[in-house]
Amino acid sequence: MASTIRVRAIASGDTTQVQSLISHPMDSGFVKDSKGQIIPPHHIEVVEFEHGGKVVFTCLWGPAVSKDPYVKFSFKGGKKGDDLKVSWVDNKGQSDSTVAKVQ
Amino acid sequence: MLRKILIAAAIVAGAVQPLWAADRASDPKADFKAFRDYFTNRFPKVALDDFVNGPYSMDEGLRKQWKAIDEFPPYEFAVEKGKDMFATPFKNGKTYGECFANKGVGIRQTYPQFDTKSGQVITLDVALNQCREANGEKPFDYSKDDMAALTAYMAFTSRGKPMDIKVPDDPRALTAYTKGKEYFYTRRGQLNFSCASCHVQNPGNHIRTEVLAPALGIMNAMPIYRSAWGGMGTTSRRLRSCNSQVRATPLKAESEEYRDVEYYLSYMANGLPISGPGARP
Amino acid sequence: MRTRTLIRLAVLTSVAGFATASVAATAEDFKAAYEKAETADKQAAAIKDQWTTAGAELKKAKAAADAGKFDDAVKLAQDAEALANASVAQAKEQQKLWPEAVLR
Repeated sequence: MASTIRVRAIASGDTTQVQSLISHPMDSGFVKDSKGQIIPPHHIEVVEFEHGGKVVFTCLWGPAVSKDPYVKFSFKGGKKGDDLKVSWVDNKGQSDSTVAKVQ
Repeated sequence: MLRKILIAAAIVAGAVQPLWAADRASDPKADFKAFRDYFTNRFPKVALDDFVNGPYSMDEGLRKQWKAIDEFPPYEFAVEKGKDMFATPFKNGKTYGECFANKGVGIRQTYPQFDTKSGQVITLDVALNQCREANGEKPFDYSKDDMAALTAYMAFTSRGKPMDIKVPDDPRALTAYTKGKEYFYTRRGQLNFSCASCHVQNPGNHIRTEVLAPALGIMNAMPIYRSAWGGMGTTSRRLRSCNSQVRATPLKAESEEYRDVEYYLSYMANGLPISGPGARP
Repeated sequence: MRTRTLIRLAVLTSVAGFATASVAATAEDFKAAYEKAETADKQAAAIKDQWTTAGAELKKAKAAADAGKFDDAVKLAQDAEALANASVAQAKEQQKLWPEAVLR
C-alpha cells in the first residue's frame, strides 16, 4: 500500500528545512454524518521526525488539526544524503513511517 | 383552439423570437474576442496566462499562501490515486487509455468536445464514464472522489498545454455553445445571481470571505482540491454548489446545461494553459 | 427588474397573511394550498429555475400540517407558492434579459 507520508528535506548551510504532507482523515469526533451520527474521532496523536538517531521535531496533534495535515519546520544540522525518518501514531493505534533522504 | 394557438404563436414570435433568433446565431469568434478584451482591459497588470490561477491572479496575499501550499500540493494524493486507477485494467482486461486519443495522456485540454454522433457536448468526466460503461463497469458518481481522482490525474498530464476546444461547423454545436452562453449570463436562484454576476462583474472582489475568480480560464484548474471541502472536487461538484449558494436548486450532475456552460467557458479560455488539478481556499 | 420581483413577492406574502388571519385553517385548506404550491414549484423545476427556499418552505409546510398546525401550514404553503411563482417569473424575465448581459 502506498505510504501516507510525503516528505521533502532540503539542507542549506547548517540547517535543513523539512516539509511533510500526511494523508489522514483527522476526524475530530465533533462532526456528524448525513444520518446525524457522530463520526468517531480518528486523528494522529504524535508525529516524530528523526535524524542521526535523535528526534529533531515532535508534533502532538489532536482534533483541531485538519484532514491531510501539512507541516513545515527547520532543524540545525543535516546534510545531503542523510536519512530522515518520519513516523506517526493515531488515537486508534494505527501508524505509518517512512525514511527519506535529505536533498 | 387553433385560433388561440395561432394568436399565442404570433405573440411569442413578436415579443420573444427576434432576440432568441439573433442569439441562436451567435458568433463564437466575436464572443471570444469581446470576452478576452474585457478581462485584459480590466486587469492590465495580470499576465494573460495567469488568469487560469483564479483568485490568485487577483490577490497578492492569497497568491503567497497558494505558492506555499503548492510546494506540497494537497491534491498529490488524488493524482496518485488517479494514476493507479487509470493504469488498472477493467474486469474485461481493457484499459481507460484505449478509449482516448494518445492513450488518454495529455488530452484533457481537448474537452469538452461536441459529439456529432449524439449531438451532445461530452465533457471529460462523461467520456470517462462512457468508457467504463462500454467496458462493463459501473459509472462513477460525477460529484465524488473516484471521478475527481481520475480527472485530477488526467489534468496533471496536460499541465501547461493550451486549452483547445472546437465548435465545429454544425448548427447543433453552435446551439450547444449558445445555450452554454445563455446559462452563464442568466440570473437564477432566490439571490438572483448569474455566473456573470460574480465572475464577470466582480473578479478580485470578495463574496463573504472568498476572493472571486475571473471567468477567463475558470475551467483550466479543474478538478480542484478545495480546503473548504477538505478534499478534491469535480467540475460537477463546483457547479452544483455554486447553484445552491445562490439558492437555486442544483441540476443533476453533468446535465445538458452544465455541459453546455463548461463548453462555452472552455472555448473562451482557448490558448490559456491547463493549470489543473488546482488548489483553492 | 429584481426590485419588481421582490415587490411582487412582498405583496403576495402580505396578502396571503391577511387572507388567513381571520378563520382557522383546516386540513382541506392545507391540501389546497399545498397542491397550488407544489404545482408552482413543479413549473419552476420544468423551467430549470427552482429555488432551494421554495422547496424548504414546502417541507416546513408539510411538517406543520403533520403536527396538526394547519394555520401555520397554510401560511407556509402560501409562502412556498409565492417563492415558486417568483422563480418562474424570474426565469421568464431572464429568457428575454440575458442577452443584454453578454460581453460584446
